[in-house]
Amino acid sequence: MVEHEVIIIGGGPAGLAAAIGAREEGIEDILILERDNNLGGILNQCIHNGFGLHTFKEELTGPEYAKRFVEKVEEMHIPYKLNTMVIDVNKDKVITAVNEEDGVIELKAKAVILAMGCRERPRGAIHIPGSRCAGIYTAGAAQKFVNIDGFMPGRDVVILGSGDIGLIMARRMTLEGGNVKAVIELLPYSGGLKRNVVQCLDDFNIPLKLSHTVVKIHGQDRLTGITIAKVDENRKPVKESEEYIPCDTLLLSVGLIPENELSEKADVELSGVTGGPIVNESLQTNVTGIFACGNVLHVHDLVDYVSEESILAGKNAARYINGKTFDEVFIEVNTCDGVRYCVPKFINPENITKSISVRFRVGDVYKDKYISIYFDGHREIHIKKRILTPGEMETIKLTEAIFKKYPTCKEITIKVEGE
Amino acid sequence: MFDVVIIGAGIVGSSIARELSRYKLKTCVLEKGSDVATGSSKANSGIVHAGFDAKSGTLKAKLNVQGNIMFDQLSKDLDFPFRKNGSLVLCFNKKDIQKLEELKEKGDRNGVSNLSVLTKEQLSALEPNLNENVEAALYAPTGGIVCPYEMTIAFAENACMNGVEFNFNTEVTDIIKKEDSFIIETNNGRYGSKVIINAAGLFADEINNMVSKEKIEIKGRKGEYCLFDKTVGSLARMTLFQLPTSMGKGVLVSPTVDNNLLIGPTALDIPDKSDTTTTREGIEEVIDKARLTLREIPVNKTITSFSGIRAHAVKDDFIIGEASDVKGFINAAGIESPGLTSAPAIAKMIEEIVGRILSPSFNENFNPIRKGIPRFREMNNEERDNLIKENPSYGKVICRCETVTEGEILNAIHRPLGARTLDAVKRRTRAGMGRCQSGFCSTKIVSILARELNLSEIEITKFGGASYLLIGENKELMNP
Amino acid sequence: MEEKKEITCIGCPIGCMLEVTLEYNEVKDVKGYTCLKGKTYAIKECTNPTRILTSTVKVKNGTTNMVSVKTIQDIPKDKIKECMDEIKGLAVKAPIHAGDIIVSNVAGTMVDIIATKDVPEHL
Repeated sequence: MVEHEVIIIGGGPAGLAAAIGAREEGIEDILILERDNNLGGILNQCIHNGFGLHTFKEELTGPEYAKRFVEKVEEMHIPYKLNTMVIDVNKDKVITAVNEEDGVIELKAKAVILAMGCRERPRGAIHIPGSRCAGIYTAGAAQKFVNIDGFMPGRDVVILGSGDIGLIMARRMTLEGGNVKAVIELLPYSGGLKRNVVQCLDDFNIPLKLSHTVVKIHGQDRLTGITIAKVDENRKPVKESEEYIPCDTLLLSVGLIPENELSEKADVELSGVTGGPIVNESLQTNVTGIFACGNVLHVHDLVDYVSEESILAGKNAARYINGKTFDEVFIEVNTCDGVRYCVPKFINPENITKSISVRFRVGDVYKDKYISIYFDGHREIHIKKRILTPGEMETIKLTEAIFKKYPTCKEITIKVEGE
Repeated sequence: MFDVVIIGAGIVGSSIARELSRYKLKTCVLEKGSDVATGSSKANSGIVHAGFDAKSGTLKAKLNVQGNIMFDQLSKDLDFPFRKNGSLVLCFNKKDIQKLEELKEKGDRNGVSNLSVLTKEQLSALEPNLNENVEAALYAPTGGIVCPYEMTIAFAENACMNGVEFNFNTEVTDIIKKEDSFIIETNNGRYGSKVIINAAGLFADEINNMVSKEKIEIKGRKGEYCLFDKTVGSLARMTLFQLPTSMGKGVLVSPTVDNNLLIGPTALDIPDKSDTTTTREGIEEVIDKARLTLREIPVNKTITSFSGIRAHAVKDDFIIGEASDVKGFINAAGIESPGLTSAPAIAKMIEEIVGRILSPSFNENFNPIRKGIPRFREMNNEERDNLIKENPSYGKVICRCETVTEGEILNAIHRPLGARTLDAVKRRTRAGMGRCQSGFCSTKIVSILARELNLSEIEITKFGGASYLLIGENKELMNP
Repeated sequence: MEEKKEITCIGCPIGCMLEVTLEYNEVKDVKGYTCLKGKTYAIKECTNPTRILTSTVKVKNGTTNMVSVKTIQDIPKDKIKECMDEIKGLAVKAPIHAGDIIVSNVAGTMVDIIATKDVPEHL
């Protein structure tokens, strides 16, 4: 069994940044395991621009953003294996992987960084009734066909889900000659950025049907149409509002799920809300020496934050190898009143240098409300927010100084408040 | 001129084809779908029934018990997954325990071995996730589970290896009876045969009624199912049936041989026999009824829902035998549950009839053994390593949810009756069957199929016919 | 000639509805903005709307079929279709490096289309 100091599972934006973080902190022996035939992960198929505004202060496309990190990894001579699928990890940090050249390989790591990303929710998971014909794709699969392989999955397209991926695909399909008839959204608001609603839909006169869903799929061999309906306040379809839209393609952009099957094999405890591991301030999971970052931890909307978070995970893995431990729990972070979850779940103030970013999402749209953070019942932070939406991850920095103010704090609570 | 033409490549047609390949017979299977197991055999509960349910004295009762006994050997010879996990018929009311006893008596009469009625206490140890309201159950240790399409594929491949010809995309449009033979008209040319076996499933009535005056009628009865992620596959160990209540016939809850959890089916007679759509009501009904069996139905772990159609004969038993008015025309019709279990026994029964008509000699080259596609996900690491060393394509994982390698997909494409569509690859290898439902691997499998079959990606279909996956290259549709 | 236009501000998730009054293509008034970003956006969007265009171009003899491309700067919004028409049917030969000019002065915009990824030659 070959041993390494840090093994990173996944060579997408999270894995690349984690590797760089670990190397910057002095770790020589790092290995990235990537299942695809190139580094960069899903960014390679996200050919639109809008990446990197925070990190590089310029607007890059997905492949360009990935390239910056890949080049850095190459410059640092960090080794990686492509076309290598990890099929097992255990809590002793023994990793089993396969590829064509090496066969089955067993590797032992001092620290493991989970950076496997997420996957799209499929049709079955949301119970769309009707035919099981050809012509129904997740938005990501369609994006791969169009942007990587150069093939159009359809002509007359309806998209279910108005998150950013759905919106971006509406524009892509239109530009490549498709006829996008509508974007259907179950919620009364779009989960995507305003910029994407304007530039991907409005620019091309594509209607956005809010509070609607697909209630039936028609077609024998290939999709011939869908029936949509308005939904009531309980998100149940209203029969009288049904409307038939002829189309040959339905793209689904109905949510992303952190891909944690490997984490579970290593006994990593997952959050029921995010689907990702429960981590502390150092991004360590409940298993000592196993860290997590990026979309496998919780689904991000900006890759810049993935990179920032993952560099930290890499640095902490390095500190762990250099003898630091992150197992002691001091403060539990809880969320309520509109805040769905936050990362991290536990904080040991001793491990914070300068400040820590606490990231969270709200469960609904709130206008002119406050984000409040309580330290053991004492409201320490109270920030007015003109708008809070579930699609936009919020970040609040908690400084060392605040923690010094509450040396005996056991619980931090984050909530949305009216005043 | 063929000796035997079998119409339909479902589990019944494929079992018969394999059985007849023991003889020196020129046999051909005509199938209107693009693959084997594209009708009822593709979407059903996958249960190997013990045999207590069918009315004593019927063909269903007899062939069920006979078929059940054959599965151990067949699954070894043909290398398809089969697990004798046992079954329970759950009773939810103390008053109904008597009905379990009656069911047991019927089972004993039918020749089912080792049936017993278990108490609530005995059950809680066997099935810890059963609902509180379960009072007792009939336990049948001989009940089992199979993957119905893998089983069909195994029979068909073995038949093919032993010389049976399969013609897909071939729909029978008419049959003309001649002196000692038949002319079979199809969309794909004309076939001559001495004997016809009608294994056309839902459409066996149409085939029969082309030649026989003894009309039969097959109704389509739709059943909807929900399939759950492997992480909840162990919620049930055995196949859990419900004793019919005043609320109607229940649904089953069962693990599958691939360790998913399956619940269903509904039962609805439908006019259009090709209507395999799922409905909101159907899915809700299945989930509601399954709640009677298990304490918790993990709705958020659903990976897909589907529906299958049973070929229900109006006279409510299998119709097997030579048509009294058409010599050489043999029906294997109205094969609904327990049809999957009975199929091997049905094949034996047909073999006898064909033997009587054609008196064939044995095919001394008959090889009963069929080796399936290596299952990378089920191997230990040493076996995996050896396989990759032998053939590196087994080191390239294509379907990450089910851990299916490129080697398995290539094998599926190039073996007898090889896969030519996305669904055919899926049914042979499980690529795309997992929790992401082919979101990641479909693009890769499309290009592998195109490369291996020397086709353009645009020609690749989901399941044949017009089920195209791609309609052209980028920008081809742009208005000038 | 006075003309009114309604647009959604893209500055933040609030998405203020902006009502812009134009006279001979000159912005006379903007209503509905709640911060200065909104006003600036409204003026730009109504007088000179521009976009970055991203797409793909076919590759010959490369390790992948397609190379992703973008306009190196914003182009006028109404030129998007013309730009797409110009790259339709185009095929470039591998190897390609990110930053390589694929089309110069696309659709007379004085803006180049460049590759956004490397595509090595298929050996």
